[in-house]
Amino acid sequence: MQIPCPMCGLRDSREFTCKGDAVTLDRPADGAAPEVWHAYIHLRDNPAGPTRELWYHGGGCGAWLVVARNTVTHAVSGATLASEAHHAR
Amino acid sequence: MRVEGRGLVDRTRPVRFRFNGQDVAGFAGDTIASALLAKGVRLMGRSFKYHRPRGVMTAGAEDPNTLMQVGRGDAMIPNTRATVQEIFDGLVAQSQNHLGPLDRDLMAINDLLWPFLATGFYYKTFMWPRSFWEKLYEPVIRRAAGLGRMTRAPEPQHHEKAFAFCDVLVIGGGPAGLMAALTAAQGGADVIVVEETAAFGGRLLSDSQKIDGADASFWVEDMLKALDATGRVRRMARTTVTGAYDDGSYGALERVARHLPPAPDLPPECFWRIRARQAVLAAGAHERPIAFPMNDRPGIMLAGAVRSYLNRYGVAAGRNVTVFATHDDAHRTAVDLLAAGVKVAAVIDSRADAQPQGDYRLIAGAQVIGTKGRQGLREISYRAGSRTSTLITDCLAVSGGWNPAVHLTCHLGGRPVWDEGRQMFLPAPGAVPGLTAAGACNGAMSTAACLREGREAGRAALKALGLRTPRGPALPQADDADPRGQTLWVVPGRGRAWLDFANDVTTKDVTQAAAEGFRSVEHMKRYTTQGMAPDQGKNSNIVALALLADATGRAIPETGTTTYRPPYAPLTMGALGAFGQGHGFAPERLMTSHAASLARGAPMIEAGLWYRPSYFPAPGETTWQDACDREVRMVRGAVGVIDVSTLGKIDIQGPDAGAFLDFVYTNSFSTLPVGRVRYGLMLREDGHVMDDGTTARLGAHHYVMTTTTAAAGQVMAHLDLVAQGLRPDLDLRLISATEAWAQFSVAGPRARDLLNGVLDRPIDDAGFPFMACGSVGVHGIAGRLFRISFSGEQAYEIAVPARYGDALYRDLVARAETLGGGAYGLEALNVLRIEKGFITHAEIHGRVTAHDIGMGRMLSEKKEFIGKAAAARPGLLEPGRERLVGLRPVAPAGVLTAGARLFLPDDPHDRVHDQGYVTSVGHSPMLGHMIGMGFLRHGPERIGQQIVLVDHLRAIRTLVEVVSPVFFDPEGGRARG
Repeated sequence: MQIPCPMCGLRDSREFTCKGDAVTLDRPADGAAPEVWHAYIHLRDNPAGPTRELWYHGGGCGAWLVVARNTVTHAVSGATLASEAHHAR
Repeated sequence: MRVEGRGLVDRTRPVRFRFNGQDVAGFAGDTIASALLAKGVRLMGRSFKYHRPRGVMTAGAEDPNTLMQVGRGDAMIPNTRATVQEIFDGLVAQSQNHLGPLDRDLMAINDLLWPFLATGFYYKTFMWPRSFWEKLYEPVIRRAAGLGRMTRAPEPQHHEKAFAFCDVLVIGGGPAGLMAALTAAQGGADVIVVEETAAFGGRLLSDSQKIDGADASFWVEDMLKALDATGRVRRMARTTVTGAYDDGSYGALERVARHLPPAPDLPPECFWRIRARQAVLAAGAHERPIAFPMNDRPGIMLAGAVRSYLNRYGVAAGRNVTVFATHDDAHRTAVDLLAAGVKVAAVIDSRADAQPQGDYRLIAGAQVIGTKGRQGLREISYRAGSRTSTLITDCLAVSGGWNPAVHLTCHLGGRPVWDEGRQMFLPAPGAVPGLTAAGACNGAMSTAACLREGREAGRAALKALGLRTPRGPALPQADDADPRGQTLWVVPGRGRAWLDFANDVTTKDVTQAAAEGFRSVEHMKRYTTQGMAPDQGKNSNIVALALLADATGRAIPETGTTTYRPPYAPLTMGALGAFGQGHGFAPERLMTSHAASLARGAPMIEAGLWYRPSYFPAPGETTWQDACDREVRMVRGAVGVIDVSTLGKIDIQGPDAGAFLDFVYTNSFSTLPVGRVRYGLMLREDGHVMDDGTTARLGAHHYVMTTTTAAAGQVMAHLDLVAQGLRPDLDLRLISATEAWAQFSVAGPRARDLLNGVLDRPIDDAGFPFMACGSVGVHGIAGRLFRISFSGEQAYEIAVPARYGDALYRDLVARAETLGGGAYGLEALNVLRIEKGFITHAEIHGRVTAHDIGMGRMLSEKKEFIGKAAAARPGLLEPGRERLVGLRPVAPAGVLTAGARLFLPDDPHDRVHDQGYVTSVGHSPMLGHMIGMGFLRHGPERIGQQIVLVDHLRAIRTLVEVVSPVFFDPEGGRARG
């Protein structure tokens, strides 16, 4: 698998580590209800199909990326910087 | 029998090797199989289950019978196929799977027992009595199971691994592959073309064919020259593509030096990971056997293999050969043998309308129904119409057609498609993205069709790459006849008919499996073990599933195939794991003081990938404990020096650096004055402790964080995520500076005296108080000084750029020695911190909260921080949780062990009554007994009580008192002094 790092170009997946679903970026606001925190920390979908995942380019530039990946075909359809994904919301 | 004037072996270069203790002579270019056949050796091994005599069946990597132990001593490799292994002077090979000599195998008794050893025999027989399972059945079965012998020693030779990248990967060096490679290269693509055997050419080297009117080998030579002339083609011979993976990556095994005598720096094999934008599969086809009664004797071979031995190796597989054919292609075998002067007894063709292709006896409309010859074929019987006859022959060349080698197209989950007209499975187009099949593996069975498809596949690859697509090289004149034939899977009759030669699976086993309800091809495979041997069913799968289809009344496509998985051909674990052993698996990280520590005789201990000195032995000391006790007293009494460079150092700069730290730490750092250091606690978002450490403020916008050695990487990734993903609104940058600085702790009552010898401007307590930090000159070098203590003593950490680390460490230790101190190691460091109740990752192991370690008050209520919400969950604040305490034996000689469990004095020592566990222990020379830290239910509430420490593994029971985790200098005056 290869990941198109916006900083480094197309790189082998061995340079990256995966953290899981990119909902980690949607951190609840200070004072959110316990149920909201519970869902944020613990509840994840397990979709067969397209996903948005957080990958860390630890063996490269140190960027956190939001990688669009299909869990059925393993196809990676794109990657954006987590910093920009945040701004986009 | 060697045939003059034939073959590509080099007859000017004789080669001698040993087989089963006998000297055998062959020529350069021979395989073990061809050299043995040339000497008339037909018996080369024994079958797995019945220990039947077996000989060579194929001329390629798929051979099921000729598995051998090759090599000497620890370098011996089992299950090497004699059809693949090229000979060299000094090669040693032994046949496998027999007890006693090969020709008098004692295990051959199994063959007489065959009526009892039917499929499912183990499942049905070894059921009872239950008490026999482990005592009798398992040892006996284990002894009989398995192929070959392992040396059980580490492999003495080291394999290689390598990576390659190309525009087009061409898999297979036959006519289709060479054509595809040249077309792609001429169109401007960078090409890798991979060939499994030693020479390019594929079947052109095995069949006597003409291309453009001349021997096909001339065309092959011209093609190789043309490929090299493009400057864009990398040719890899002796290389097998073993698997197709995602995104155009392929695994390939190159047998770099398996054909050469072992040499120290020559890797036997190299495992390649090839990344290709496009790929052409031109893997050819495997010949299809026919399951006729007693079809497994040495001398019974595939017809194409007989041609390979004749045309490629110059060896006649027999003196009087019979061909059993179902199609025209197999008749070439008779034609070639006759042309080479080898006697052909007859060609038996199952088709009534078969036509002879040359001057030999053709028996049309006939089938072979039996064979004789204990250790090699002597006679066959055949039936033509209602008449049966016999024929004296020493070699039977069999062909039921060809099976396209679709394997790689199925590695990503694709299934091959049954072509009813051609009676073969073909690759499903697009099953592996970017891979196009061409030639025989795509069902093209004439040379001209292979050349055409190869060129088209090359052009298709160019088009997909967005390159110009020229017409490609001109197509030469070649055989364009699509061989006609008939399908014949099984010849019924008396006697066993083998499908899977390697695992001894017969037609009866498959029909029995079907009768017992194993109708699914996957179930049949597992019940009978058909297709589970080293050849992975390359010779047997298609016939077996055709038989299963027939037995279950279904069509072949309905029955389906089993799953094709990598590797395509057997691999050695050594090649797959190249550089994965020892320091290849775990690289070494060395501190700048490493050489100086070794010079002082320190045993090194692993801390993650780092190596740190354990202790520094002194004259007269006999155990590590002696040295550790001395070093602890030395730090408490004078001064000690230890390298702490392994701790993570993260440089954080920017106007919002303070706000950022407030967000990642539970406590506040924006309020930290410049020139001061603060201890910080970091949580995960789930409210548990991630790491702790100190962070220094060097400037208004400049902080330096230290992490624990263990969590340095995790914390760096975490901070990057927070900075980039969660708080991109904050203006700061951070970078790991762990390797950039060498940092030494100088601890003890004389620490300041020592430092003032190396600092450009001396310091005093008032000007550089506890938890101060700042820039300093160290012998004229710009360094940093932090007054922090992990020992409870007056202590400093002094940092210089890493290139000065070695010099500074030696200087500090030498100066310490003049002050009654010296170097100390990790053992003493550990005791010093346990005496002070300081935690490490032995305590903050991922399942503890700030509340558990008595730091609940460090969770600021004034600000938001990572983990704040989750840490407030009621369950994490319960008093009854396992919480940090100190432990001390009631009797001074009592032993504490890390990992031991804690129980109330009157409770049984079982899981139900478990009260907690011990995390860290050490012998305190200051207190004169062992001390420990651990987690105990209701911990701090139980201080003063007695509990029992139980270590079931080491059989230790110790009565201990629960105490505060701070054993030494609880007021902390020594660090401030």
